[in-house]
Amino acid sequence: MEYFLLFISATFINNIVLVQYLGACPFMGTSKSTDVAIGMGSAVIFVILMATAFTWPLQHYVLDPYGIGYLQTIVFILVIASLVQFVEMFLKKAIPPLYKSLGLFLPLITTNCAVLGVAIMVQRSEYSFVKSLVFAFSSGVGFLVALVIISSIRERLDIAPVPSVFRGVPIALIMAGIMSLAFFAFKGMAA
Amino acid sequence: MVTSSILVLFLLGFIAAGILAAASKILHVEEDPRIALVENCFPGANCGGCGFPGCSAAAAAVVKGQAAPEVCVAGGADIATNIAAIMGTEVAFKEPKVAANICTGGSRANLLFDYEGVEDCRAEALLYGGEKSCGLGCIGLGSCVKVCGFDAIRLTDDGLPIVDMNACRSCGKCAEVCPTGAVRISGMTMDLLHLNEIDDCLAPCMQKCPAQIDVRTYINQMKKGDMRGALLTMKERNPLPLAVGRLCPAPCETICRRNIADEGVAIHTLHRFVADWEMNSGSRLSLTCNPLSGHKVAIIGSGPAGLSCAYFLRRVGHQPVIFEKRDVAGGMMKGIIPEYRLPEKVVDWEIQSIFDLGVEVRTGVEFGKDITVKQLEDEGFEAIFMATGAWKVPALGIENGDSENVLDAISFLAGVGKEFSDLKGKKIVVIGDTNTAMDVVRSASRLGAETAAIIPCIQRKMSANKKEVERAAELGSDLKFLTEPVRVIAENGKVSGVEYRELQYDDPKKATGKPKPVEGSEQSMDADYIIVASDRVADTDVFRTESGEQLFELDKKTGGIKTDPMTMQTSVPNVFAGGEVHTGRSILIQAVADGRCAARGIHYFVTKGEIPEISNPQLRVIPESILKNMEVIYTIPRIKVPEISVEERKSTFKEEVTGSIVYDEARKESSRCLRCGLTCYDSEAGAEYAADSDVHKFNEA
Repeated sequence: MEYFLLFISATFINNIVLVQYLGACPFMGTSKSTDVAIGMGSAVIFVILMATAFTWPLQHYVLDPYGIGYLQTIVFILVIASLVQFVEMFLKKAIPPLYKSLGLFLPLITTNCAVLGVAIMVQRSEYSFVKSLVFAFSSGVGFLVALVIISSIRERLDIAPVPSVFRGVPIALIMAGIMSLAFFAFKGMAA
Repeated sequence: MVTSSILVLFLLGFIAAGILAAASKILHVEEDPRIALVENCFPGANCGGCGFPGCSAAAAAVVKGQAAPEVCVAGGADIATNIAAIMGTEVAFKEPKVAANICTGGSRANLLFDYEGVEDCRAEALLYGGEKSCGLGCIGLGSCVKVCGFDAIRLTDDGLPIVDMNACRSCGKCAEVCPTGAVRISGMTMDLLHLNEIDDCLAPCMQKCPAQIDVRTYINQMKKGDMRGALLTMKERNPLPLAVGRLCPAPCETICRRNIADEGVAIHTLHRFVADWEMNSGSRLSLTCNPLSGHKVAIIGSGPAGLSCAYFLRRVGHQPVIFEKRDVAGGMMKGIIPEYRLPEKVVDWEIQSIFDLGVEVRTGVEFGKDITVKQLEDEGFEAIFMATGAWKVPALGIENGDSENVLDAISFLAGVGKEFSDLKGKKIVVIGDTNTAMDVVRSASRLGAETAAIIPCIQRKMSANKKEVERAAELGSDLKFLTEPVRVIAENGKVSGVEYRELQYDDPKKATGKPKPVEGSEQSMDADYIIVASDRVADTDVFRTESGEQLFELDKKTGGIKTDPMTMQTSVPNVFAGGEVHTGRSILIQAVADGRCAARGIHYFVTKGEIPEISNPQLRVIPESILKNMEVIYTIPRIKVPEISVEERKSTFKEEVTGSIVYDEARKESSRCLRCGLTCYDSEAGAEYAADSDVHKFNEA
């Protein structure tokens, strides 16, 4: 039950994009078509999981024991960036089909603040390692859900009679705002 | 604290760098450097028109050999050349294609409803099938314009897409989003080989023309003064515009919608004007041909069907060789059809334009005697087109029918000007109701003979064109309608007269069925020559093997070679047949149409091995396109074509009866065209001539 609530909380109530406002850049940049959105969302889930799995022990076994927790952000950026690069190389060599399907999105995620944000949030919430992974996975799913929804809306907006000044990103931002309001309706359902 | 921080960061950075460095060595993937080089050549449009998901994928495909150097639709020949240089290959010929809009309706197409929803053609088509009453036409909301990545399409005030030929990269996105098929990607081969389908926007004139000439477009080009464009439009379907412009009975004119308002457009006259315009200019319009494909095709017979087939095959890139029995090419156009209808110099000019494309002709070669199907196959011909025509006139089959001076029409017409150069004082009786019979009457009259014709039906039922019969009568010939010959009167084996009798229909008013002889109506008249022109059929005796078996299945109805009506393929798969050898006696434009149909079949046969069926061929007039009422604003009198006087016709042989019209008249006549679509038309046609004294508004007329 605890893990289920954590999943619901991270996916809907505290949605990483629409409630926490993290990762807005790829949210806007890769949401023009649903196919791309699904690819990007899947890549984010994968990277968030990996990043959390590496940063959690680093926090608990290096930064905290030596009292250098204030280096958290810079260390996490270093680790995540290196990790994404490594994963990209590994996938290219070992699993080319997966690399092809994710390849375009992996470099985009390198500086994605949603990934860094989740890594930092699990430390602040003082989750255990397993809980951290569940939270990271759920946040990634939340990102995917938000991306798929907005990409579906934007596909329809493309053929809608939108005034020219609102066409493209402006109307997408308005839609994101409305979606954000809609997600606030989940508030209070759980922590 | 500071020291430990620096140390931790340094250590972490060092470990990360070390891991990445080691990984880059271990996980290194060998990538062909040519992929990057090829990708650099592309313009980076990522349009997807090549069929690959982006330029990187296309570059990888080129390097792997899965795509040719000319894969990029957005780039031109330069890009293909650069890629070929990287790959160490040569650029293959790539036929240019562009998007084209087939709809001419625009805002004049009736509205079904006022649509106020999503401004997208697809949305509207999904909702009610479109706001316009025409299901094939352009909806006009510009979805094609929105998706074009090259700014090659714009909408006119009429709401019709116009494609900029220079900017179009034929990526196909516009055609993809067009829900009605009004925008299509087409190239020369596609245009030349496309046969009309009921999904096309076909004006009635285009439906009725056997050769499927785009009448509406070439008349519109003439209206704008673009004679070159009009001729090119014509030549997409008709390689013999000079001959067709003189001989065609113009079925298109009888169905012209303008007939409902006043008089039909003089399409035939305009056709001839454009063809003459080129000949009179003295220089030929250059036509494009694809490079040689290496496929050789033998064509037996150099008449209109053979020439037409050779022309289309050569233009799409094949190598046709025509084998002609006589010493001259041209079939019946050369030496049989009288000079006053189709002058020899016109035929020569016309035929030369086809030979100039690179069509080879071997004269004096007779099929069945000098060459056989087997020999042609051994010589490397992958397909054979039989177009030997219908040169055999059936015998008279009556008493003394084989007497001296009983001639067949072909022999007589071939001898005009040679053994028959002066027939003054001679009496000639022609038997038959065909155009050939009328040719004989008119030729003999011009040579000074007294002529009569025994015609077994009333004028309305004759197979000859109405105009041909009128012209024969104008020369003073005695046309005896509803008569048939009984016997030839001969003295010492030589013709001296003919006995004939009257015929009558069971119901004279309706004139249906075959007329029967009237008892006791026999009469006779003197004759020095009797010319038989009752029919012309294909001589199928030559299509036999050494053991006497028929090479091809024969058509019981026409007596010619049986073929598939859409592919022109005979019972022998690599042999095709068309023209009069297939249809029996017919009009010139039908032979031209058969030639194109056969060229399409042969093209697919030699390149793909099988001929695709046409999904919805237009075989008969589309009922919804035949309108009963029309609201046309201006009435303009139909052009009067100058003719030489009857007296002049009697004294001269080498003049054509109808003269040519002048440029301004041609443009004015063109303005009468209503630019019809399937159901729409231009009600304001001719508005630019509204100030002329002979142009009125219908409500004022």
